[in-house]
Amino acid sequence: MGDCDHCALARAMTAPEGAGNGRKSRIVAIVGPPNAGKSTLFNRLTGLRQKVANYPGVTVEQRVGRARLEDGHDVTLVDLPGIYSLAARSEDEIVARDVLTGKMKDFPQPDAVVLILDATNLGRHLMLAAPILSLGLPTMIVLNMADDLRARGGAVDLEELTRQVGAPVALVSAARDEGLEPVWEFLAERGAEPTPLGLPALHDVPKCRAWAAHVGRESSYQAPAPPVWTRRLDSIFLHPAAGPAVFCLVVVTVFQAIFTWARPLMDGVQAAVTWSSARVGALLPDSPLRSLVVDGVFTGVGSVLVFLPQILLLFLFIGVLEDSGYLARAALIADRTMARVGLQGKSFIPLLSAYACAVPAVLAARTIENKRDRIATILIAPLMTCSARLPVYTLIIAAFLPERPLLGPLLGTRAAAMLGLYVLGFVAAFLTARALKSSILKSEQAPFVLEMPPYRRPTLRSLGLRLLDRSRIFLRRAGTVILAVAIGLWILAHLPLSGGKIPPIEQSLAGSVGRAVEPLIRPLGFNWKIGVGLITSLAAREVIVGTLGTIYGMEPEAKSLGLQRALRQDLTPGGAVALLVFFAFAMQCMSTMAVVRRETGSWKWPAAQFAFMTTLAWGGAFLANRIVTALVT
Amino acid sequence: MQASVKKHKGARASGSLVDLRQGEQGVLERLELPDEISRRLMELGFVPGSPIIAAMSAPGGDPRVFRVDGSEIALRRETAAQLRIRTSPAAAE
Repeated sequence: MGDCDHCALARAMTAPEGAGNGRKSRIVAIVGPPNAGKSTLFNRLTGLRQKVANYPGVTVEQRVGRARLEDGHDVTLVDLPGIYSLAARSEDEIVARDVLTGKMKDFPQPDAVVLILDATNLGRHLMLAAPILSLGLPTMIVLNMADDLRARGGAVDLEELTRQVGAPVALVSAARDEGLEPVWEFLAERGAEPTPLGLPALHDVPKCRAWAAHVGRESSYQAPAPPVWTRRLDSIFLHPAAGPAVFCLVVVTVFQAIFTWARPLMDGVQAAVTWSSARVGALLPDSPLRSLVVDGVFTGVGSVLVFLPQILLLFLFIGVLEDSGYLARAALIADRTMARVGLQGKSFIPLLSAYACAVPAVLAARTIENKRDRIATILIAPLMTCSARLPVYTLIIAAFLPERPLLGPLLGTRAAAMLGLYVLGFVAAFLTARALKSSILKSEQAPFVLEMPPYRRPTLRSLGLRLLDRSRIFLRRAGTVILAVAIGLWILAHLPLSGGKIPPIEQSLAGSVGRAVEPLIRPLGFNWKIGVGLITSLAAREVIVGTLGTIYGMEPEAKSLGLQRALRQDLTPGGAVALLVFFAFAMQCMSTMAVVRRETGSWKWPAAQFAFMTTLAWGGAFLANRIVTALVT
Repeated sequence: MQASVKKHKGARASGSLVDLRQGEQGVLERLELPDEISRRLMELGFVPGSPIIAAMSAPGGDPRVFRVDGSEIALRRETAAQLRIRTSPAAAE
């Protein structure tokens, strides 16, 4: 599987297309402080023509896209990480500085720079202009959030500001696609070195701030009135009583949505898979090939594809929370709890992402400047309930737990069970963090500094791009790893042929492997079929659903039963709970391990993580099986 | 001088950000923190001489959001305690 080559976020990309292979296209870097709207502008200029990868050798996310100019030429755009200065302390700042100065290995120096600043907070944001202008690259300063500035009664003299900074300036609203014509023109032209009037000493922050204030004054910058709506919303969301209540409500709503509201969509996908499987099956003659296609490919891939709506819904919620600005408030509310286990509010964002997928979570941990906090966050992230566990949880819960309302329409038994599993992962993660932070990763508490961006309405465009990105990753996985595992498993389950005929599953290669591990997992209440699933799901957790689909689909008497009914007959309640617990704790994900290796720089951490989580999973499942079996009988 | 200024009820001439109640304003005098952290905070607007207003906080009052230089930045109590302020420009002279 190499270095996680099936997940775009972790895919290493050596250099942007068109650079260095003869066809020279101009490279323009987009740089700016966090929350200035950098990504919105990048999305606006490139649309769907973008890739997300990593810079070679480091862990900083690299977003490269192509903007099509009016004359048909392409410009390569690089979206650099959000930075406050080029002082280069964090990895993000080092990457931004190295790219801009042409020192980044295997990455050409940009031909020009677009510096995007928040027009509603120009005084402070202009500080970043000083080091950027002093680079000497052709630069355009884009003042974003023009609509906000206007609405709140702010103003700036663009002509004078242009003179002061010695570079073209545009006032735009990237979210509304307003005023971007000068930016397009800048992308098209060669551009000249900026000629600012007297830059300050770059290492002296107060002097830089004074310079920015001076430039703002000269340009008659009128700071806008405070954001009234942000103040009003914060008086609710950060209210001592209402705040935590809203926080809990948000978390419960997200879980209820992905578990209950996603149902009709999932049924739709299931119906489509069943329908096309029957159609394709009817076209093929009765042969091993038909069995491979119908029982192997369609059953295996289809049973995982069903979860696409659920995963997208989760990412939709995370996208809305992040783009709206609520996520920063959530981090603030969560900080005390995080501090109790030695982490900080910033760990909350990676850990919340880990509910979707540990891979982006591990990558998101790079915003934590304290290295020990960062490693601790990376190590516990896979214990948070990622979306790949959902297929497994959904299957087992639906098979063993009847749906009954608990809190009216808001919470049913199944959603409650799901919530319980989330809590289990959460508790395990926090106890682990506590143990790590009070032993091998003990450190001085990092100062917690978190900017609260004004609330903004998330744009459909940005949410759409996020979902598209996630769908691509998920479908690529379904189309590669999961397809390969499905085919491989079908082969294992159909060989060796006995007298030219397909053997019964227990005599096949897959059955032998399952039986070989059975003694190890028997104490957990698992049979050899689950054993096969545990082995195949080492590739990715959700694979076990497809595997079980294939295994049970193969048994003639099980074929007529749904997978749920088959499991109900084959697994004791103790075994079912043990399986849930096992999946809550086990590190069954090659992508995560590959990313952890890359982020921590050695195999030491992922190996320790795998050993720890597998031990925890076995022990937890063992206890769960014992306890439930004792309670039931 | 690194020693913390004793708080006297009613006659608080100087103190730290922690002493500000919600809605109160102070003027930043100096940052008693390691250079790296000071620099980061200054880039966020905590430059000596800047007015700072204490705003909302997480439940329990920690961390608290501070309005500084057009932004809202949340700091933990332990960090805020190292940012020395004058509670009003007149009181310090």
